[in-house]
Amino acid sequence: MSSKPADLAVPELLTGWGRTMPSRAVVVRPATVHDVAAALTSAGPRGVLVRGAGRSYGDAAQNGGGTVLDLGALADVELLDDGDVVAGAGALLSDLVPVLLAAGRFLPVTPGTRFVTVGGALAADVHGKNHHVDGSIGDHVRRMDLVTPDGVTHVLERGGSPAGDRLLDATLGGMGLTGAITSARLATIPAPTPWVVVDTRRADDLDVLMALMTDPAERHRYSVAWVDGTARGRRLGRGVLTLGDHASPEAAHGRTGRAVPAGVPRVGVPPLPVSPLGRASIAAFNEVWFRKAPRSRDGELVGIAPYFYPLDAVGGWNRLYGPRGFLQYQFAVPDSGAEVVRRTLERLAAIGAPSFLSVLKRFGPGRPASPLSFPIEGWTLAVDVPTSVPGLARALDELDDDVLAAGGRLYLAKDSRAVPATIAAGYPGLADFRALRSEIDPRGVLVSDLSRRLQL
Amino acid sequence: MTDALDRATSVLVLGGTSEIALATVRALRSPALRRVVLAARPSPERDAAVAALTAEGVAGVSAVDFDAAGTTTHDALLAEAFAGGDVDVVLVAFGVLGDQQEFEDDPDLAVEAAQVNYVGGVSVCLRAARLLRAQGHGTLVVLSSVAGERARRSNFVYGSTKAGLDSLASGLADALHGSGAHVLVVRPGFVRTGMTAHLEPAPLSVTAEEVAGAVVAGLRRGSTVVYVPAAMRVVMSGLRHLPRTVFRRLPI
Repeated sequence: MSSKPADLAVPELLTGWGRTMPSRAVVVRPATVHDVAAALTSAGPRGVLVRGAGRSYGDAAQNGGGTVLDLGALADVELLDDGDVVAGAGALLSDLVPVLLAAGRFLPVTPGTRFVTVGGALAADVHGKNHHVDGSIGDHVRRMDLVTPDGVTHVLERGGSPAGDRLLDATLGGMGLTGAITSARLATIPAPTPWVVVDTRRADDLDVLMALMTDPAERHRYSVAWVDGTARGRRLGRGVLTLGDHASPEAAHGRTGRAVPAGVPRVGVPPLPVSPLGRASIAAFNEVWFRKAPRSRDGELVGIAPYFYPLDAVGGWNRLYGPRGFLQYQFAVPDSGAEVVRRTLERLAAIGAPSFLSVLKRFGPGRPASPLSFPIEGWTLAVDVPTSVPGLARALDELDDDVLAAGGRLYLAKDSRAVPATIAAGYPGLADFRALRSEIDPRGVLVSDLSRRLQL
Repeated sequence: MTDALDRATSVLVLGGTSEIALATVRALRSPALRRVVLAARPSPERDAAVAALTAEGVAGVSAVDFDAAGTTTHDALLAEAFAGGDVDVVLVAFGVLGDQQEFEDDPDLAVEAAQVNYVGGVSVCLRAARLLRAQGHGTLVVLSSVAGERARRSNFVYGSTKAGLDSLASGLADALHGSGAHVLVVRPGFVRTGMTAHLEPAPLSVTAEEVAGAVVAGLRRGSTVVYVPAAMRVVMSGLRHLPRTVFRRLPI
């Protein structure tokens, strides 16, 4: 490495957002792309991994005993005349949003938090509430700069060359195991106002909810359902579907609205010795959430921030689950496997796993060219569960079998407890991915706790 | 890496034929557990342990030759075990109980016991700690004994070896703080195993399975010390503070 001041290489205990499975790595903060290349070529025996904002739930962004790169210094954001945005890998989506909105544009895809980095979003090939219309973020990448373990920077223009596209596609969803993304150029979409026009539909059970979500008459860019993960019996799977579109100036009645707050929230959850979230309080939360939703309402104007990022208003909300932490179980299944959604809700209710936040979404076609990209056409369910729930390990193992039998898969960015065989069965492209890794990374420099645990 | 639901993927047992160790491996069994290395002297018992665990569905069980007193061989043995992949749990489970009267009659036997229990323990604990620190995660589980808390007339040689091992492990726990690696010191009372079959069980005696359960619970909680049974913590606290004249006369 060129010159690395001591204060730029700090040992830290790292966990994911679920606050489970800590491991210690030396965190290095390269100032330039050259430093990134130097870190890769001078890697020690435990290898190197880039960590974004640490918003994956499990061990995807940690590398016990090795080096972890924080690319926070590579965070420039530039909006081009054609509406594309070029951003450093370390830029947060919260850095991009105000720039885009000021020009009447928005992110083509955004996850449920804006506090993720551009590099992390691409490495996980994140999806949003518009996957059924717009696909995942990988579908909007025009160019990516990737430093491979040999220290070479590849400028990967979409359609530039077959070899370049192969590397680009493997990197989308590749969990940082193909190289260090340093910059990307993304397409954007129009957002003439900072408002979203939202239609709300309340469904008393899962059948009604799923019927609403597949109703061809409801054509909206954004569609997501919150599901009451504590409801059982006849109420199982009851939920609230919100359908949204960016508001035109007419629809917004000239309201300018508040800007999306910059930076991370100042109000947050402090470290707690025990979790205040018990089964009763979570059930009460779900009950209130369900009852406050109108049975049906059209045309409500909701700001960009509360619509896309409701939880971003509470800093460190992951601490609510206490020191033992939590996990998020997220799978995707084809339409033919819709029953797995019901079985998951039933199974988790049966073991008394209180879920604060369960989210059901439709997926459009996935990215078969990207071997580890998560979305496949059909349904995806995400359920938060505290790890202390008795019987959780066995219940999730059994649900894994259901997911695989239905032709589905688990989301690597959320995983903290799957076994290698489950991932291999869900991702038939894994063999290709491994082959590409052995070509570009014969020394095995790029590793993570996730890649070791799941033998990626 | 031990997963979010506290399931180890890889376990290295030093003293791989110990009943407590094998009960612990059984208690750690899960779909996530994929590698178990039993380090012990070659013996029919070791072969039987590999066969039994494999027959019970534990994945990836293998054996390696290990002599606790042969400290010059420990570096290579541990390096090889870690070269086969990250180790989530290193279980230090070897030890000899011996006979107090024989130790006093033949001090050479006492020296041998000290070499296995204490010197061997120093050797593997320090080496394993270094490897765990280098991988940034994992737990060193050290089977100590309440016999090490206060030397008793009836087995103070054995007790002294465990006292030394316990002190070492407790110090290592502090040394590893913040490294991502942890130490769990296990202090069982009288455990009814083959090693103690010739003895009259003491009050609060436990089985190997109960010790294994306490180890797994301690790993889950991230404890530094567990007593088995838990009530032993209070008992030992009392015994530690008894006047010597009283303690000496206790029938223990």
